[in-house]
Amino acid sequence: MRSACRRPGNRVNIIVCVKQIPDPETPAASFKVDEAAKKVLPAQGIAPVVNPFDPQATEAALRLKEADGGGKVTVISLGPDSARDAIKHALAMGADEGVLLNDPGFEGIDNFQTAAILAKAIQKLGGADLILMGRSAADWDMGVVPAGVGQILGVPVVTVAKAIEKNGNNLKVERVVDDGFQSVEVALPAIVSVSNEFGEPRYPQLRQIMLAAKKTVQVWSAADAGVGADELGAGNRWLPLEALYVPKIESNVEIIEGETPDEKAHNLALKLRAAKLV
Amino acid sequence: MPGILVIAQTSEGAIAPISYELLGAARQLSSQGAGSVTALIAGTEAQAKDLIAHGADAAIAASNAALQAGTVDAYLPAVEAAIQQSGADIVLLGQTSLGRDLGPALAFKLKTAVGMDCVELKIAGGRLRATRGCYGGNARAEITWKSAIQVATVKPKTFDGLAADASRSGAVTTIDSAGDARVKVLGVSKAESSGIKLEDAEVVVSGGRGLGDEGAFKMLEQLAGTFKGAAVGASRAACDLGWYPPSQQVGLTGKTVSPNLYIAIAISGASQHMAGMSGSKAIVAINKDADANMVKAAKFAIIEDYKKIVPALIEEIKKLG
Repeated sequence: MRSACRRPGNRVNIIVCVKQIPDPETPAASFKVDEAAKKVLPAQGIAPVVNPFDPQATEAALRLKEADGGGKVTVISLGPDSARDAIKHALAMGADEGVLLNDPGFEGIDNFQTAAILAKAIQKLGGADLILMGRSAADWDMGVVPAGVGQILGVPVVTVAKAIEKNGNNLKVERVVDDGFQSVEVALPAIVSVSNEFGEPRYPQLRQIMLAAKKTVQVWSAADAGVGADELGAGNRWLPLEALYVPKIESNVEIIEGETPDEKAHNLALKLRAAKLV
Repeated sequence: MPGILVIAQTSEGAIAPISYELLGAARQLSSQGAGSVTALIAGTEAQAKDLIAHGADAAIAASNAALQAGTVDAYLPAVEAAIQQSGADIVLLGQTSLGRDLGPALAFKLKTAVGMDCVELKIAGGRLRATRGCYGGNARAEITWKSAIQVATVKPKTFDGLAADASRSGAVTTIDSAGDARVKVLGVSKAESSGIKLEDAEVVVSGGRGLGDEGAFKMLEQLAGTFKGAAVGASRAACDLGWYPPSQQVGLTGKTVSPNLYIAIAISGASQHMAGMSGSKAIVAINKDADANMVKAAKFAIIEDYKKIVPALIEEIKKLG
């Protein structure tokens, strides 16, 4: 990456990747799948949202920029027209500019194609000192894109960050691991995925929202990003999707009855004891 | 000759349970024609032998100390050498801190894909076919691989490990490869535990937006107090409202728990929440809405206003002693 040989003293240049997904708070009853098309159907009246881990990635970028006394935060999102809202959200938080990767050929692609396309877009932007992403996207929940972009660009990857500190050309990252926390150090350029443990992202203020309306969002097609037709579409997935369905919840629920609430509570306690749960 | 490579791992020097679970999964695939099972462990030859006793046909001890830090950079050359040596076309890892990083890095290095957090694995037409949850558990996806090498991480506690059989034999070899880590591990620390950690609690009492007010959590804490080893959790909605600390949030963007008993009080069961507790052994739902998703997922449910049930339940559980 170009930034690998950037001159010391330059302001930090950060790219944040964000994704728009169906709202994970959607009631299960409103969640529907078109099994033939192997697609999730948009829930009626429930707008898509920014992936819940991504505002933390944007927050991390903004804090690092502020700590550095300036710099640039560019937000990229790959998705449909509506994904512009995910970019706008980051811009309203304080990011500087956005790029929407939007192409009919992106329909039905998998996380591996996504990583390859994002890597090309990042290269076209001239690389960055630091690329931040959410720890995973809450729709497919694969968490493979940071590793993919890192492997393709030859940049080290640190995942599931709860705190990030920049010291000159080095990053110190506190990670969440199986039994606790791990502290690591990595030289820039690097990719870091951010977890919810990072802390609350800032809430866009009205003034910022108005400013964001004036910020530039470029729209790049696959061709603009240098992505060939052989990398597009569900037919070129690395991980073909053979079936997508809503699992039948075998509801074996036993409704505890009783004449009064007290009796219901009594009967539940007896059931719990019988099942050795108490 | 196809085969399966299991990336075993240790925890505080001992073989981690996920290693045996992976061997259990690998034996099932082997019986469906996926070839022999080789296990790789960053550890000792004695540990490699133990993996053979638990189902591997051959085991490789990756002896280079650089692997102990668990970085992807250090591991990749050892795993690639093990794939070469074993001829494996299926690589199984645990969905652990190690597997979450190593699985995708290995896949992209080999220009193939990885299926993450798989819950079912089978051989169909000579190739791996996996099932995994997505959309917070609302949907399931069945996946296959386009490239020859098929990498999958497996959800912990999904497959059963096999009992050790000391009469099993197989070749134990050593690989000393390791890569230069670009990420330097400075240190590790255990999660601080004040009281019973949510993730370790045998009983979790959780409340949601349906509680109606912050004060209701006092009642939930009293209920939790009647059980041994119980902790109180909350849905994201309740935490967002400021009713309970975010550290106690259960769900996709919170903690993942799998207690013996999960008591969900006034929680509807959106995928955000289910993603964090669907592994619970038994769920009790207390909810006014009989159609709530949480009620369907429960073993026992009471359809009633929780305010009328919880105080009575506290007394009843106390009586059981």
